[in-house]
Amino acid sequence: MTMTPTRRASRPTGPARRTSGVRGAAWAVLAWLAGLLFFLPVLWMVLTGFKREVDAASNPPAWFFTPVLDGYRQVFDRDLTPYLLNSLMASLLSTLLVLLLATPAAYALSIRPVAKWRDVLFFFISTKMLPAVAALLPIYLLVKQLGMLDNIWTMVLLYTSMNLPLAVWMMRSFLLEVPSALIEAAAMDGASLTVTIRRILLPIVAPGLAATALICFIFSWNEFFFAVNLTATRAGTSPIFLVGFITSEGLFLARLCAAATIVSLPVVLAGWIAQKQLVRGLSMGAVK
Amino acid sequence: MTQTVTAGPGAARRHNVRPVPAAARQRWTRRAPLLPALIFAIVVTQIPFLVTLYLSTLDWNALRPGRRAFVGPANYGQVLTDGRLRAALLNTVVLTAASVVISVLLGLGLAILLDRRFPGRGVVRTLLITPFLVMPMAAALLWKHAIYNPSYGLINGVVGGSTDWVSRYPMLSVVTTLVWQWTPFMMLIILAGLQSQSLETLEAARVDGAGPWQTFTRITLPYLRPYLELSALLGSIYLVQTFDAVFTITQGGPGTATTNLPYEIYLTTFRKFEYGEAAAAGVVVVLGTIVVATFALRVISSLFRMEGAR
Repeated sequence: MTMTPTRRASRPTGPARRTSGVRGAAWAVLAWLAGLLFFLPVLWMVLTGFKREVDAASNPPAWFFTPVLDGYRQVFDRDLTPYLLNSLMASLLSTLLVLLLATPAAYALSIRPVAKWRDVLFFFISTKMLPAVAALLPIYLLVKQLGMLDNIWTMVLLYTSMNLPLAVWMMRSFLLEVPSALIEAAAMDGASLTVTIRRILLPIVAPGLAATALICFIFSWNEFFFAVNLTATRAGTSPIFLVGFITSEGLFLARLCAAATIVSLPVVLAGWIAQKQLVRGLSMGAVK
Repeated sequence: MTQTVTAGPGAARRHNVRPVPAAARQRWTRRAPLLPALIFAIVVTQIPFLVTLYLSTLDWNALRPGRRAFVGPANYGQVLTDGRLRAALLNTVVLTAASVVISVLLGLGLAILLDRRFPGRGVVRTLLITPFLVMPMAAALLWKHAIYNPSYGLINGVVGGSTDWVSRYPMLSVVTTLVWQWTPFMMLIILAGLQSQSLETLEAARVDGAGPWQTFTRITLPYLRPYLELSALLGSIYLVQTFDAVFTITQGGPGTATTNLPYEIYLTTFRKFEYGEAAAAGVVVVLGTIVVATFALRVISSLFRMEGAR
């Protein structure tokens, strides 16, 4: 459903792109092979998660086996749930906070722009380019001073700042698509600002808001660097659960793959659903 | 509030030249929605950096309590002459450049494949973006244990042999994992570029007798240039900060073979507790990033104008 970009759909298919016959079939086969090759490790992860540990560590690899849920059971027995909940809380709350901060800011950079909107916009994006390693030490010292180490709210604030520039840029690119004639017409009719926002802006921007939320969710859910340095057992997010698997080799492969599948699942699903908006978010709204 | 809605940017500019109280108030109502986000961004991102600058001038090891002397630029001297850090710098360049170049090239190839209609194109696109969505930490573990492992990894399981991929080819192992994750990112941006190309131009080239290869190198590639640049630069900004893959797959080893700057700074901070040195190294990384970022910003603003002109 979301697979074909709209611009392509609205474009007539010219002779330059029509591929048929043997060449067309070869093209399709090549593309499918490439797709399957890239997907193979993911498939392997999912398959291995359903194996018994003996099958998981077999050589040559077992492609056919009786699927069992042992790996998943063990992962939940080892208390994966709190980590998932921490991730969910940090990602959802920071996403909410990001949208609350970024949407008005994007409004002040697009529909009713401040004088130096261009500079502000580039200031935001430049903070995204600041490497996290350079900020780790002062943030760590400050958080420790405040007694907020291993606290989920610390992660919420950090993820908010991490995603804020992205969200400002994205929301701005969506707000710019609101026809200015519409806003002027509303003002002519004497609509107040709140009415304009609720009745005109929100319905048009809602898909953009959802897309921005998904991108922010993806990045906070997957974040590891700050999580590993600032959290431990109480506020550990799902990638922290995986740290235990770094050295444990051998008979834990099925369990590892089960855990990796579970923690990746929310973002994979979110990304599949939002794939049309993904490119826009990843390029900060520069590419549509 | 209501009466200010109609005032466009032109009106604001007029007001700016003769500052009357009403104009000042209007400027502030314009700024108000921006301020929370702006202040938040400044507090959370700029202040830590200033603190890093300050810390980088201290001789401060957390294991030696009470000693926190001002040493000026000595830490920088240490950072720039230290063998480990220089190795880390070199590794960062190799790791970033190799991952970016390979994933941009692969991404370009995949984008070209996906730019044509074929049965199941949507499914193939979905399969291709999945590696980017897998949690980086999970991806690193998956590659380390399920794919590279010498005795039961997928590679040796398929091609045979007992090569210990991670210890034989540590850098290649990390780069391969990163390329696998980042190729979809590059592909998405390049594909968006390909699909925004006007068909009339391509058709005109065909009518003028240009072959597919000529059309590609003379028309499509130049057209794609900003998209290629954007994907490479955004990719560099993220990949320079690679931590998960190094932390998980090689722990920077063997020796310092795959220690990049983020991992080295992590070690300096949390294993050696040399806070001053870690801060100085952080500043060096920022300076390096600024160089890359300046180019990135230039590309983004040119795309920005292109999209605006459309």
